[in-house]
Formats: sequence, C-alpha cells, structure tokens
Amino acid sequence: MATGDIEKSVSELHELLAHKDISSTELTQTYIDRIHNLEPDLQAYLTVLEDQALAQAAVVDRKIAQGGVLSSLEGIPMAMKDNMCTEGVRTSCGSKMLENFTPPYNATVTDRLQAAGTILLGKLNMDEFAMGSSTENSYFAKTRNPWDLEYVPGGSSGGAAVAVAADEAGFSLGSDTGGSIRQPAAFCGVVGMKPTYGAVSRYGLIAYASSLDQIGPLTKNVRDNALVMNAIAGHDLLDSTSVPFEKPDYTKFLVNDIKGLKIGIPREYYGEGIDPEVAKGIQSGIQTLIDLGAEVSECSLPHTEYAIPAYYLIATAEASSNLARYDGVRYGYRAESEDVLGMFKTTRSEGFGPEVKRRIMLGTYALSSGYYDAYYLKAQKVRTLIKQDFDQAFEEFDVLLSPTAPTPAFKFGEKSANPLAMYLSDITTVPINLAGIPAISIPAGFVNGLPIGMQLMGKAFAEGMLYRVAYTFEQNTNYHTLKPSMSREVLARGSR
Amino acid sequence: MKISREDVEYVAALARLELTEQETQEYTEQLNSILDYAAMLERLDTSDVVPTAHAVPLHNILREDQVRPSINHEKALRNAPDGEEGFFRVPKIV
Repeated sequence: MATGDIEKSVSELHELLAHKDISSTELTQTYIDRIHNLEPDLQAYLTVLEDQALAQAAVVDRKIAQGGVLSSLEGIPMAMKDNMCTEGVRTSCGSKMLENFTPPYNATVTDRLQAAGTILLGKLNMDEFAMGSSTENSYFAKTRNPWDLEYVPGGSSGGAAVAVAADEAGFSLGSDTGGSIRQPAAFCGVVGMKPTYGAVSRYGLIAYASSLDQIGPLTKNVRDNALVMNAIAGHDLLDSTSVPFEKPDYTKFLVNDIKGLKIGIPREYYGEGIDPEVAKGIQSGIQTLIDLGAEVSECSLPHTEYAIPAYYLIATAEASSNLARYDGVRYGYRAESEDVLGMFKTTRSEGFGPEVKRRIMLGTYALSSGYYDAYYLKAQKVRTLIKQDFDQAFEEFDVLLSPTAPTPAFKFGEKSANPLAMYLSDITTVPINLAGIPAISIPAGFVNGLPIGMQLMGKAFAEGMLYRVAYTFEQNTNYHTLKPSMSREVLARGSR
Repeated sequence: MKISREDVEYVAALARLELTEQETQEYTEQLNSILDYAAMLERLDTSDVVPTAHAVPLHNILREDQVRPSINHEKALRNAPDGEEGFFRVPKIV
C-alpha cells in the first residue's frame, strides 16, 4: 500500500479494493498502525478493536479472492462515536457511569454498517453523554484538534471528527443533538451531516435528548457522506420515531450544478459573537456559489435568538428524564450504600461528571411542579415559532446558508469555566435540531490556520438538495483536500 | 435571583443527586445565570401557539403483535452490578 493511500476517500479506497490493488487486511492494518502512531497526541479513540477489525477484513478479502463483487462500503475501515451500542464492545458514552458497560445488542446503525461490510476500527471519544461543545467533558481523555494540538476538536462528536480529519478512519458516525456533528466537523475541516429527525434510526443510540438526537456521518468529502447515508438511513421498526419515507440513492444528487437554485442567508446568524474573519470566509464561499449560478439573497429567521434558551430547556428536560435510568441497579456504575435511596444518590453523584449534573439539575428544575409551564411548555411553544420561521423561509429558498460555528476552534479551558458562554456558541446549530431539519457542514476555508465550516440547511428529508449544493461547492474549491500539517509529519515518520 | 440555595437542594433531591457544598454554590450561581438568560422567552407572546414536542409528528405507531427473538435472561443481567439467580439485587428498601 502506497504511503498516501490512507488519505484517500471511501470511494477511492473502494476502487483500490475492487481492483485488488490493496487488500482490506492491508488497508485495515495501515489504519491500525496510524492509530498507534497518532493516538498519543490526538486521543480520538476510547477503544481500538485491532483483532476484531483484522478478522472482519479477512472475511472481505476471502470474498474478493472468490471473485465476489464489493458493495461501496465493503472492506472500508471506520469508527463510531462511543454512544452507539456495539454488541460485545464496551460503549461508555464518555462517562464513568458506563465505564464497564458492554451492550448485549447492536444499535441499528451498527447492524447496518456491519451488513454493508465495513470494518469497525473502534469507538470514539465524546463529551460525557454527548453534553458539550469541545469534548473536554469526556471522563476518559482530552481529544486534540489535529490542526493545532492546543485547540479543542469541538464536540460532542470530537473523536469522530478528529479520526476522519487525521486519517485514523475512513469515515465515522457521530450524533447531533444541538450541533454535535456539524460543529466538530467544522473545527476539524471535514464534512458532517445532521440528517432530518427520523431519517436514521436512534435504536441503540444512548439517549441524551430524544426529540433532538440524530445520528449522521462524518467524512472526508461529500460523496463519501452520501455513500454512508445510503447505508444507514431508512425506516426502522425498532425506533418508533423513525419515519417511513422513501429513501433515495443519495449519490444521485451529486451533480456539479446549482444554476438557478435559491439560497437564503439568514441575517440573524451573523449576530454579535461572530468572528469577523469567519464571516469574511463564509462571504467568499457565498461568492463562489453566486459565480456558479446560485441566486443568493438575505432572509430572516426572526426567532433565532430564542433558540438557545428554548434548546437548553428542552434538551435538559429530556436529559433529566432519560438519565433517570442510571441508578446502579441494572447496568453501569454502582456505589455501595446501606439503603437503596442512598445507593441511587451516591451512584449518580459519583458516576456523572459536572456538566451532566448541571444539565440534569436544569432539566429537573424546568420540569418541576410550578415551573413546568413557565419553562418547559414555554420552550416547546417557542420551538413551534422557530420551526415556522424555517417553514416560511423554505417557501422561498431551496437551501439556507450560514457559518457552522461563530468562531474557529478555541483553546482548551477557554470556555469551560463559563457554561453559558459555551452554550451561546451553539447559536448557529441548535435551531436546526429544534426544527428537525437536515443540515450539513462542509470545509469552507481557514482562519489563523484553523478550519471553518459552511452550514447548508434544507427542508425535512431534503438531504439530497444539501448534497447537491455541497458537492458543487466542493468540486469548485480545494479546502477539503488540505490536511493538517501535523498528520503529514507523522505520516512521514510512520512510513520510514 | 430566581433560584435559592434551598431550591437547588430540593431539585437535587428530586434528581437523586447528592451535591457537595461547592457544587451547591456553583450550581446556584450557574442555574441563575442560565435562567436569567432564558427569561428572554417571556418577551414572546405564545398564548395562541401550539407546543411542539417532536419536529416530525407521528401518531399511533402500531405494529403486529408478533413474537420475535429478544435478549435472553443471562445476557440481560450480564451488566448488572449485583445479581443473583436471575434477579437484580439492591440494598434493603424497607
């Protein structure tokens, strides 16, 4: 296998496998070697499945040897955020609470990727219970941004973004409750899709906020993203919120043409707190799309500023309910105590980290007697207004466009002392989850050597339209081909 | 201040959390600052607005009541911190 092969996209690797230029075993071994080389610096993985991955690769190689035809993801090494259940493989959710939890079943996405013949390299670091925007809330490790090790990778799917950005996996799956796929994708310079709520099954995804959580792919380019969506999307009987819809072949939307498409720029996404350099970078991306024939104009989503408080009330209320199950009885951490109430309290106080407890507290308060109407119900009503903003905008526009995050990646510790400041940086991503619509983040340039992302938002189940615009942008720019310099150094070191 | 120390202690008890002195103090300050910020929602008149629980509403999801394979007893108990003879064991309740 040639040195540069590890940087190749899923579709390029598929060609190499199909033409017997490399074997899946060689490819998998190359990824494992690279993980060993980079992990001391990056810490994207919580679990690496060396033996299992090589065994899976051997199965694919036997099929190739027997003249079998490979499907598009078959033999491709990938990794999953550690909140998706993998039978027999620890699934920790980044928490002490689940440090020793080994699921007795697979999440639907795990089954589907297995059925597609992918190779599971391991499980990826994340903010505890997916609560956070920097992966600093993981109980286990501090994942670093490969573009600059002093900076956070974003979160909560920080490990999933880093693994793809640093070529430690062909692709990865993350989950997105308020931006947790898109924001780390932007911070690490990869493509990240948050699908429509209900497009991908949540069965076996450890719940944070059930009405907002959604699984999606992080990939090196837009084509790969569409290929992974083909494998994971679709109705599932095991998730009653999964929507029965006719799943398209998402690769059919990959055309280099956006002539006449109407793109709206919501002005509220450029409020205070936005880095002027990020705004400038996105503006130049918008110009590229105009040059390619898109019709771009400004628009308004008037309730945007209310999205943060509405989101944090709804998400924490749902979290306080979902996380009530961690009581030390059926699975997870248990602290010993004389009586059962003491056991519940000590287990939860020792098993959860500070951000998780903070959100349980806020959510419990918002749902408590006397405050339910003022906070939770009010937030649900505001959610309706936010959704209506989008409905109106999509009567006029095919897609909406904004920066994925108001700033590039920040330094470790920069925001962790002030929870509210951390929450406010989610302004460009949380409205999308409240409305349940799809959005994709694609690489759109650099500010001070750190990647920035452009976010495209679409109507419910219009992932195809997002892929079309994203693909066209990608075909006419080179941001997605640039690699963190650090990974080139280590690549050179590893190949000697 | 919307939330007092006592409120925080009450909510912690509801959530089955035992907070240290320092946590109680921190959460009192932080929840106040978050809820002060959330007070902006009061500016919106939502008296005629229907609440949204799910962005894509689905109703009455039914399926045939068919027997399907499920996780066996042994597997279901494998993660239990304490168990015996097919049961979960907990400290004394009464």
